[in-house]
Amino acid sequence: MVLLTLIAAITVGIIRLKNLFAVVVLFSAYSFLMASVMLVLDAVDVALTEAAVGAGISTVLLLGALYLTKSEEAPARFSSLVPLLVAGGTAVILVWGTWGLPDFGSATSPVNTGVGSEYIARSYEETHIPNVVTAVLASYRGFDTLGEVTVVFTAAIGVMMLLNRGRGKGETQGEADGVGGGENGEG
Amino acid sequence: MELISAIVEHYNYWAVIFLMVGGLYIVVAKSNMIKTLIGMALFQTSVYLLYLSPGKVLGGTPPILDKAIKTYSNPLPHVLILTAIVVGVATLAMGLALIVRINEAYGSIEEDEVIDLVDREDAAE
Repeated sequence: MVLLTLIAAITVGIIRLKNLFAVVVLFSAYSFLMASVMLVLDAVDVALTEAAVGAGISTVLLLGALYLTKSEEAPARFSSLVPLLVAGGTAVILVWGTWGLPDFGSATSPVNTGVGSEYIARSYEETHIPNVVTAVLASYRGFDTLGEVTVVFTAAIGVMMLLNRGRGKGETQGEADGVGGGENGEG
Repeated sequence: MELISAIVEHYNYWAVIFLMVGGLYIVVAKSNMIKTLIGMALFQTSVYLLYLSPGKVLGGTPPILDKAIKTYSNPLPHVLILTAIVVGVATLAMGLALIVRINEAYGSIEEDEVIDLVDREDAAE
């Protein structure tokens, strides 16, 4: 509960700050707190991934992007009243919806009596892996993981093409300008 | 007493909603594209929490099998969210690469400034 309140406070900071560098640092702290919350929720594998990917790789990527662009946000041009209303309305509807969700930590909720308990009961006999999450990820839902790897691969190719193409084009443009300038000088 | 138990039983969901709405607000209200991406990431993380919260069983342990333990938390949300985290960072990287390219082409990472520049170029043609 304390952790969740801290996360909420950090979110307010992320919304209000204008300096993008500070926002990125806060986002890193946010991810790390989120990993702690996941640890409390018994999701150890997810917590490890979030700490490595959310607090590690994302921060590095964001800092790299800041280095290549700008680290200050321009003041808002439009009033923030309409977005506030949209967000507030959504929040009210969602809070109303929480009364239909299962109580926190209940073992008899539909979420926990379905396929999840089947995995716990059967995975060791079928795969001989003590970590159920690994067994489900690599064995029962292997195609899911294959799809995930495909997405990451596509994203990596996309990023490489975008950044390399930019540099290649910039160079050719620069050369073309240089050639044009030379011709003008001769003329 | 009932009020307190209601708050405790729903606090996770309310925190999720707060983060989700915070992310939504950033995406709608801010025109800085890096900030928008961070808002999207906030929204995503709130969904992770929304999935993991109902999977927790009070008195349960992480789903690593052992003969001495009888109660485990639900492993299925963990698996789904592991996939989601990795896909999330892939989309973040893609978005940041696009922003770097836009900044190279237009010299700005503010959405409305870029739109103004594009409109002006269109009008000039």
